[in-house]
Formats: sequence, C-alpha cells, structure tokens
Amino acid sequence: MGNSELNTVGQSVRRKEDYRFLTGCGQYTDDVNPPHHTHAYFLRSPHAHANIRRIDTAKAKAAPGVVAVYTGADLTGVNGLPCGWLITGTDGQPMKEPPHPVLAQGKVRYVGDGFAMVIAETPAQAKDAAELIDVDYDAVPAVVNPVEALKAGAPQIHDGAPGNKCYTWALGDKAAVDAAFAKAAHVTQLDIVNNRLIPNAIEPRAAVASYSRADDGYTLYVTSQNPHVERLLMTAFVLGLPETKVRVIAPDVGGGFGSKIYLYPEETAMVWASKRVNRPIKWTAERSESFLADAHGRDHVTHAELALDPDGKFLAMRVHTTAAMGAYLSTFASCIPTILYATLLAGQYTTPAIYCEVTAAFTNTAPVDAYRGAGRPEATYVVERLVHAAASEMGIAQDEIRRRNFIREFPYQTPVALLYDTGGYDACLDEAMRIADVQGFAARKAEAAKRGKLRGLGYAAYIEACGLAPSNIAGTLGARAGLYEVGQVRVNPTGGVTVFTGSHSHGQGHETTFSQVVASRLGIPIENVEIVHGDTGRIPFGMGTYGSRSLAVGGTAIIKALDKVVAKGKKIAAHLLEAAEADIEFKDGKFTVAGTDRSKAFGEVALAAYVPHNYPLDKLEPGLDETAFYDPTNFTFPAGTHICEVEIDPDTGKVAIVNFSACDDFGNIINPMIVEGQVHGGVVQGIGQALLEQCVYDQESGQLLTGSYMDYALPRADDVPSFKVTTKVTPCTHNPLGAKGCGEAGAIGAPAALMNAVHDALSAAGVTYLDMPATPHRVWSALQAAKH
Amino acid sequence: MYAFEYQRPKSVADAVAALAKSGGKALAGGQSLVGAMKLRLANPGTIVDLSGIAELRGIKKEGDAIVIGALTTHAEVASSSVVKQSIPALAAVAEGIGDRQVRNRGTLGGSIANNDPAADYPAAVLALGATVHTNKRKIIADDFFKGMYETALAADEIITAVSFPVPKKAAYMKFPQPASRFALVGVFVAQTGGGTRVAVTGAAPHVHRASTIEAALSKSFTADAAKAVKIPADHLNNDIHGSAAYRAHLVSVMASRAVAAAG
Repeated sequence: MGNSELNTVGQSVRRKEDYRFLTGCGQYTDDVNPPHHTHAYFLRSPHAHANIRRIDTAKAKAAPGVVAVYTGADLTGVNGLPCGWLITGTDGQPMKEPPHPVLAQGKVRYVGDGFAMVIAETPAQAKDAAELIDVDYDAVPAVVNPVEALKAGAPQIHDGAPGNKCYTWALGDKAAVDAAFAKAAHVTQLDIVNNRLIPNAIEPRAAVASYSRADDGYTLYVTSQNPHVERLLMTAFVLGLPETKVRVIAPDVGGGFGSKIYLYPEETAMVWASKRVNRPIKWTAERSESFLADAHGRDHVTHAELALDPDGKFLAMRVHTTAAMGAYLSTFASCIPTILYATLLAGQYTTPAIYCEVTAAFTNTAPVDAYRGAGRPEATYVVERLVHAAASEMGIAQDEIRRRNFIREFPYQTPVALLYDTGGYDACLDEAMRIADVQGFAARKAEAAKRGKLRGLGYAAYIEACGLAPSNIAGTLGARAGLYEVGQVRVNPTGGVTVFTGSHSHGQGHETTFSQVVASRLGIPIENVEIVHGDTGRIPFGMGTYGSRSLAVGGTAIIKALDKVVAKGKKIAAHLLEAAEADIEFKDGKFTVAGTDRSKAFGEVALAAYVPHNYPLDKLEPGLDETAFYDPTNFTFPAGTHICEVEIDPDTGKVAIVNFSACDDFGNIINPMIVEGQVHGGVVQGIGQALLEQCVYDQESGQLLTGSYMDYALPRADDVPSFKVTTKVTPCTHNPLGAKGCGEAGAIGAPAALMNAVHDALSAAGVTYLDMPATPHRVWSALQAAKH
Repeated sequence: MYAFEYQRPKSVADAVAALAKSGGKALAGGQSLVGAMKLRLANPGTIVDLSGIAELRGIKKEGDAIVIGALTTHAEVASSSVVKQSIPALAAVAEGIGDRQVRNRGTLGGSIANNDPAADYPAAVLALGATVHTNKRKIIADDFFKGMYETALAADEIITAVSFPVPKKAAYMKFPQPASRFALVGVFVAQTGGGTRVAVTGAAPHVHRASTIEAALSKSFTADAAKAVKIPADHLNNDIHGSAAYRAHLVSVMASRAVAAAG
C-alpha cells in the first residue's frame, strides 16, 4: 500500500530528542571542552549604583593560574551592546540609547553589573584571583522602581538619559478614546503592578570561545536561542569582525524562555579575549549569577480604564504603563512593552477605541527584556482583569460580558494596528466552561464554605500575536532586523533528508515536529529525517526561536523548500519515466505518471539526482538540495479561554488551585503531545507569576533580595493541579501549515485566569484588589485589611 | 569554595582532638555547611568529617525514651519503625524536612547544632523535652538553644545523641515559606510527662516555647483553645515572605492544627 502510515501529522509521535536527553547524552555548551581551555570569571558590582574611582588588578594578575585580567579600559575599539529595536517617542525623538559597555567602565549601575574578567587555568583560580582585584567604589543612591526612577530628584543612572527616561510612546486614537469615556455609562479603573520575574532556565548561561590563528577565525559555543542574530550583533556592531570569521554554535540548550535571545556581555568579552590569550575560554554562570545578570521579565506599573455602555459593551480602553528597562537596554527590551504589548490590548473584543501610552524608565536593576509571552501576558492581564472587574461591578456574568464583546467577523482590524486573520472565541469559551464544569461551581463553592474555605472561579480569554512576523511591518515599527525564517532541505543520495532550520530548539521538540512535517510531505519514514539547527557554520542565515514563531514561520520555510524539492523531483522523474513533467504526480513517497502504475520512488529520484547517468543534464542541474526563505504576510493569532478554580484558606491565606482548564486555538496541530506539554509548561510559568514568583530589590540599597531559590519561589509539581487541556481549531489563513504557535499561550492566559479566580473568591470577604503574586502573606493581609 | 584541610576521624575522641587542634568545623550531613562553603560564605580552614564514627549512628529504645545517634539521617528517622511506633510526630518531622536528597544526607545532630531559625528538628527537641548528649555532658533542651545559630555547645564539643522521652501525644504542623519551604512558622505540640510543651520555629530569631499557648492547652487541650491565643508580634521575624503580625497569627493557627492532628 501507499505510505499513508508515514503521514504522522496530527499524531503524538514520541520525541526523537528525548533519548539523548534522558540518557545524559545531550551536548550542552558546558560539555564542550576544547584542549587547553581556560576559565573566565566575571567580577560583578556589589553595589546597585557606584562610581568606580580606581581598579587595581596587579595582585590578581600575579595570582596562581591566572592567564589574564581585563577591565573595560582594556577593551579599546570595542563598542557597546546594541538594542535591536528603535522606538520613536511621542515627541518624534528616538529613544535614549545610553552606552551598554561589555565591561562597565567608571560606573556600575546594578548589583551584578560586570566590570572585570579574570581568565585562569581553573574556575576556582579565576574566582580566587577576582577577590584580589582592589576596587575603590563611590556608592551613590540607587533607584529600582520605574515609577520612582521617573520622579524629579531621582538618582540619575545615565548622562544620556535625563530623568531616567528612555521614551514615552503611544498607540491609538486618544481623542476618540477620551470622547468615548466622556459618554460612558460605566468606567472601570485598575492600578496594576505586573511583577518582575527572573527567567530561571534549568541550564544557566554558558559560553566557550576559541580563536584559531590558522584562519584568523573564532568559534563560539553559546546558550543562544538565535545564533545568527548573536553573531550579527556581536561582529557588526560590537567587535568589528567580519561575520565570516565567527562561527556561533548553540548546541543543546536547556531552556531559554526568552532569556537566551540576547547578546550578553560575557560571551562578547570572551570572543574578544580568546584572540588575546590565544587559548579557548570557558564560562558557565553560577546560579547566583543567573539571578543577578540574566535579563529579567515584566516589571510594569499600569493605570488602566475601561469604558462601557449600560449593557456591558466595551466602548473604549485607556492604559498608561510605566515599564522598567533596567540599567541598560537589552537586545529587544524597547519593543516588549510597546509593540508586543499595546497592540494586544483589543484582546478578543470589539472595543472600538483604545489608547495606550508607555513610558520606559531606566532603573538600577538587571536589564528587562522578553520573557515567555513578552508583553502579551502583560496585555492580557490588563484586559482580562479589567473585564473581570467590570463584570463584577456591573453584575454581569463573567462569560456573558465576554460574549457580548467577542469579535466574530474575520478578518478583523483592531484599533491597535493588528489584523486578526481568523479565530473562534465562542467555541473556546464554551468548551473551557464545559471541561471546567462551571455549572457545578456554585455547589462546590457552597461545600467549600461549609469547610470555612473561599472558592473562586476566574476566566481569561486571551489572544496573542505570534509568528513574528512580516519584516516590512516590523521595519516600519522600528525593528533593526528582518523577521523571516530559512529552511534548507538537503536530500542525500540514499534518500535520507537533512533539514537545516534557522529556528532553534531549546525544549520545544522541533526535531520531532519538523521531522513529522518533512516525513509526511515526502512520504518517507520519520527516522530518515535529520533536523539540524543552531550552527551558523552549517545553516543559512536564520532568525531563531522566540515569540512562538518556529512552526508558523520556520516550519513554513521548510514547507517552501520541500515544494522546491518536489518540483525538481518531478522534473527528474519525468525524465526517468519518459513522461511529460505536467503528468507527474507526487504522493505517498512516489512520483507517478498520472493515470498509470508507472512510478519512481522518492529514493530512486534522489539517487538519480546524485548519480546522474540517466539525467537531463542539458536542462537540469544535478543534486537535490533546496533552500527557501519565508517572510510571513501577517502575525498569527492563537487565542483561547483559560478557567481557573481556586480555594483559599482564610486562616493562612494560602491559595490552592483545585482546577485549571484550558481550551486553546493554535490552528492546525502537528504533534498534540508536544502541544499539550507546551501548554502545561506555559501554564505552570503563568501560575508561578500569579502565585509565587517575584523578583524583589531592596528599595533603598538596590540589593537583590530574591537572589536564590531560598527566596525566589518557583512553582513545584505540588503547587499545580492536573490540568484539563483541550483545543479547538481555526487554521491560520496565511501559512500553508495553518499553524499559529503554542509556546507562550499558557504563560499568557494563566496569570489573569488565576488572579480573577482569587478576586472572585475574596470578593465576598470584601477584598477588592490584590497584585501578583497572591502569596499567602499577601492574601491574608488583604483579608485582614478588609475586616477593618 | 575555598580550599580546606580534610580529616575523617574514627572516634569521637579523635574528632574532638582534631577540632581543638585545627579550630575547624565539624561536618555532619553538610546540608547547611557545604552550601555555605560553596557560596564562599563559610571558610572553615579544616573540615572534621564525622561520618566515619560508627558510634554516632543508630536508633534505639531505652526505657521510656527513644535515643537517636547524632549522625542518624532524616530519612533513617522518618522510616524507623521504632520512632514511628513511639513518637510518630518525630518521624513526621523528619519526613517533612527538605527534599529526598536532603533527608538522605542531613542529620539530627547537624540540624540542632546548626540551630537554623527555621529548622524543624529544634522545635521537636524543645517541645518533646529531649536531652542532648555530648562528649562532655547531657544538656536539657531548654538549656541547649541559645540564639540564632547559637547553642550551648562549646567549640570542641560534639553531639553524640539525642534522647527523646516518649510523649502522650504530639504533632508538628509547618507552614512553609513558599520559596525555601523551610518553616515560615512551625509549631510542635506535645503532651509530655513534664506537662504540655509547645515549641515554635521559623517565627522568631530562634526556636522558642510558646508559654501562653502552653498555658491555654494545659487547661483545655483543644484546637480552639490554641487558636484563641493571641500571640504578640513584637520580636518576631519580619521579611519579604511574611510580616511579624502574619507570623504571630500563624503560630496560633499552626498550634491549633497540631493539637487537632495530635488527637
């Protein structure tokens, strides 16, 4: 029979990569040990804000095992780290981009700001020597809160950013919004803090940099989500090296969540130094360094208002957000609270007028950048908290107020720049309510009340924009890079296929999902497909993985390359079968002359391409190796409804999640098991933000108070329930896979669903407002305050 | 971690001599000390590893008491049929410490010698009116815990065992700090031959007895009696995980739950 059993699209194929991960055979950056390598240690500021009067490295240089010690003064000819997205302010001026030095010089601006690098024979020797560096600090007042940073008299962090302001930016029709508010029957207002998070990938950041005098070239192994972008920024903007002389390899990477998108100072300094010491240099962050110096996420302070008519129809939304940038602009910091935030404020609703103003502030903290969801969780949180509060205030059921405002006609142009191609919001809401057993909630609440517990139910009908995205639109919005993806399909002479993708897998399961796509299209076994990613030396220039883009953009690039392979295969088959090319059909792994039983298997055609003895060499090149670059015409718009049920113990304030249900629309699904895993992981991260996680800096000293797992609470298995997860499908209309992306949805929907449930539970006790995370202490304190 | 000298004596006498000579630190299970050394917060110079001293291990019943060797791990206490039969609350305390790795390495003696303000064992030792045996003497629990990370132990003194009198009833309830899962507040309640004893960990700079709850429970050993006691917040810990007022409230709540669990 044909090979339809080889079509695994839509099946939960077990992950190809898990054998090596589960047997300890993964090859991570820290597993790379070039001969004669040295070890780097970075000396970091213990102060949040200090002038450095003097650095004396003499003792460190003389310490045992030390190869070299460098400070910022040594890095002559090295530029600062660039920001990849230019935001233009409401005043028409470009954002302030103060220098982001590879090693801080003259001044340190947050606890963890690196200013010296010690290279030694062992990590311990490097660390011992770093303690011998004599530094004369002049500590000055620090400011860690973005609202405080913008106030008059706040400590000034950069000379080039007066008032610590990076930009004020706005989106939407302010006049229309103000007019709508003026005639609203009801206005709901909230002041919201979106808590700062620390990413905590299981593998800390690491790098191994080598220089070869043989070709005057560099090789960098690094924990990166996008090695080509890393190379481009490092060579062209910072080090002034030709791209051709630097190979960046991101091997197995143990989680990123955004934090490994960016070009960081450490690996940049190491590449620079590898030529000077003429030996490979290795660095793996200690977990304490990860807390201090990985780019953090979120950190918004927002005032949000929703205007409604008497029936609960949304008339307008007005949002003012202050967003922390941290001490320096990280690679994509500027676009997160703007382009990826304000554009999502329509949510799933027909709100006709929306205005959002964002002021970005420098603070004496680690830089802030994208973290799973990146702007979209913050937007969903604003929208869905407003909707919940409005429904509560107006006495409208939570599902009903959403239904009264859902978008139902597509394509839909929002007032905040996005064009939704497709969606089915009622279907997800209905299904989520069914699996959450919303009908039985009143009885469960009454039963809980008998036990002295407070039950609550919360909804989040979220939307996200994924598949980042059309380069030309991104360019007009300030992107300094393209946002396409590349796929190369190399058919080997024996019929096996090697696929080179510009996407990068650091936990997403691309090696399986992409193999399913390729094997199904070519009608070959999945084992015959090899996915290669993460190496600028092997792969055409690609953009990497973030923003749930890999399948929708990277997968489509592979599809386009497959189309070229099949088209050329038809030409070869036509020659071999002595038929017209137009009569050749390709199906189930065979090229067949239409209407006949004459055919050539895919492998036979591949062999003919590489052993072209009987081949139309006058008309066709030998070989079967095709590349496609794909630039989408639009974002994709995954959406869904999450429903969370909590039970609160008023004696302790502890919130228990008794039920979490999600119905998501990710478009077409290749591997349901991997999708479900992505939802689980995302929801757990969302629960982490809502219940547990909070990065705290001391307001006075600027010290990081949550610098380890002793004080920074990550969710554990027993903090979360068994999830009820399902999907509905409206295929994306503008990519051939019909896929939208699923990587971030959980982290986007869960915080709002959970916090709405907490508010629902606490409302009977008189609590009206609580910020994330809803820790026991915070919930109990709110209950006490409501009593008085 | 800084470089250090390492010694592994075979007897208590040799260990005491090594400590006296080197001025170093005794290493039991290492669950606090090694972490501090890795962070370069501790630099003991010499480590005297007690793990080679067989006489410091083991669990036995002696008369009306359970005697547990100082180097007995939490996992051994948690799974001991002797402990589970006589003082199930003590086995439950051990079962609730840290995670599996910590329970397989961490020891009773190490825990109480360290006297972390949020550790679980000190509450059990104090509430059960246990006696700490050292190479020099026997110290009753009320005299052993002196302050934050501070005990009655001299620099060259090693805990050899702890003797726990079997109580009539006992239970421990812990409300975990969400990140570390150490006790934000932990309360051990025991009805002993010496009366009702209630010990609190996590709430204050060091473990202490809650005398007002003891008085209330002596009159009426009920959950409601414990919960009705208002604990003053003065002198309790106040940090990002919980205010002093919250901790004070939790002392009453956890005491009442411990009474309910004690039956």
